[in-house]
Amino acid sequence: MRKSALFAGVLFALIALLPLGADAYWLRLGTTVLMYGVLAMAWNFIGGMAGYPSFASAAFFGLGAYTGAVAQKLGVPMLLAWASAGTMALLFAALLGLALLRLRGHYFAIASLVVAEVLRELVNASTDLTGGGMGLNLPVPKDATITSQAEFFFYSMLALAVVTFAAMLAVKHSRLGFGLRCIQQNESAADMLGVNTTMYKVAAFVLSGVFVGVAGAIYASWVHYIEPPDVFDVLYSIKAIVMVLLGGAGSVFGPLVGAALFLSLEELVWRNYLQVHTGVLGLMIVLLVLFMPKGVFSLRMRRKGRA
Amino acid sequence: MSALLELSGVSRRFGGLTAVAKVDLSVEPGEVIGLIGPNGAGKTTLVNVITGVHRASEGTVRFDGQDVTTLKPYQAARRGIARTFQIVQPFPEMTVAENVAAAAMFAGAARHGREANDVAHEHLGFVGLAEMADTRAASLTLAMRKRLELAKGLAMRPKLLLLDEVNAGLNATEVDHALSLIRGIASRGITILIIEHLMKVVLSLCTRIVVLHHGELIASGTPQSIVRDPRVIQAYLGRRYATAESAAHG
Repeated sequence: MRKSALFAGVLFALIALLPLGADAYWLRLGTTVLMYGVLAMAWNFIGGMAGYPSFASAAFFGLGAYTGAVAQKLGVPMLLAWASAGTMALLFAALLGLALLRLRGHYFAIASLVVAEVLRELVNASTDLTGGGMGLNLPVPKDATITSQAEFFFYSMLALAVVTFAAMLAVKHSRLGFGLRCIQQNESAADMLGVNTTMYKVAAFVLSGVFVGVAGAIYASWVHYIEPPDVFDVLYSIKAIVMVLLGGAGSVFGPLVGAALFLSLEELVWRNYLQVHTGVLGLMIVLLVLFMPKGVFSLRMRRKGRA
Repeated sequence: MSALLELSGVSRRFGGLTAVAKVDLSVEPGEVIGLIGPNGAGKTTLVNVITGVHRASEGTVRFDGQDVTTLKPYQAARRGIARTFQIVQPFPEMTVAENVAAAAMFAGAARHGREANDVAHEHLGFVGLAEMADTRAASLTLAMRKRLELAKGLAMRPKLLLLDEVNAGLNATEVDHALSLIRGIASRGITILIIEHLMKVVLSLCTRIVVLHHGELIASGTPQSIVRDPRVIQAYLGRRYATAESAAHG
């Protein structure tokens, strides 16, 4: 654990140096990588540790984005708006978890998939508060330059990523993490050994929701304009899962590495194959998952095993 | 002495099927009770009702002086009811030691990981799996997995241990080993209720035998009296067993 923490410290410190030598393009890409890193790490709580394939990331992301945006529209300062988005995601995840986590496997996956759609319709319908399908504009600070704005949101996303990573590391080595591993491998046996499975699963689900909610709020402030199809996009759920699978579901660095790898691939493919980029990207994902089902970290492990 | 486990009028129905019907059973501390009966008699269902997997449709279950009828399995586990499964249920991707440590951690009141690990190694030594401590549980043989189940059960620090066919699928040598382990557990003062088809095991181990048939408790008594009970012979043992027994005792 100490080694992972040390390595992560160095990694995050290096990332923090990025704005020194980067232009706006790299800052934007860096912020995006960190944001998806948060989404992937957060999914790891419920999907990786507890083994429940959740598709609710998009719901938490959109909920956080709209909570933060509406709060800012009502005059709440930005940081407080982000905090309220996290709180909203926390409460929503707790209630949703108590209802949905009675389901197992595919049933849970499908139920969690529908949540984002329901929220999107709700936001669409409540035009007075959210602007509905017209979207919502956020206040733009008047005395800020483009560069200082880009740096601010980069560091905000970095801070959130550090907190999420620390939470993941702490949980993995705690009683909660041990209990989640038991649930992931055999839920009935875990129950029989004294693990309060319902409470543990809800805790994992809440952790998977709260950081994504804050990420959504930061995103909304960053891009200054959100609309329902943008922030409740099911791709937020799917990409987070693919990133974790790419990086390796078991390891603490897997989600972050997966996010960086996925977005680099996406960027590379998008630039070179403008017409068919989603097709090429899909093909690459299929190949990666087929040949490295346990993620890129499994390569290193396998070599270690042979030696 | 007051009973450790007391079932009164316990029934469990699944739709129209009554799996367990009005069972009264009282287990004293230190007893080793054999629960026998034909397949489908409701033995595993009865264990599931005691451990909270199924809630009793009727009647009450009292354990250690408290009503535990409506408890969930994890709560029953923390109160001191441990069980092993007929089909063994390890955490396959964890090591053998981690499997036992989980039991010590969540039901056995180990305060932190190191303490749970120490407890795990102690119980693994007792069941003879000390050398396998760092092996993945999935790679154990069936006999070893059954012993792992015993170690997990012990790590929960139970007052009552429910053993569901721990000897099924084992060969004669392995059964003898399991038998001596169970005797060792009983001598620690842990009350045992064992579901078992091998009459040799039941007769040599148990202080009392109860017989379940079509969900009803049809007999309860010492091993000697049970093998002579005409209802038990008709329902479960069969006439050939009875004649062989009476010939042997002569």
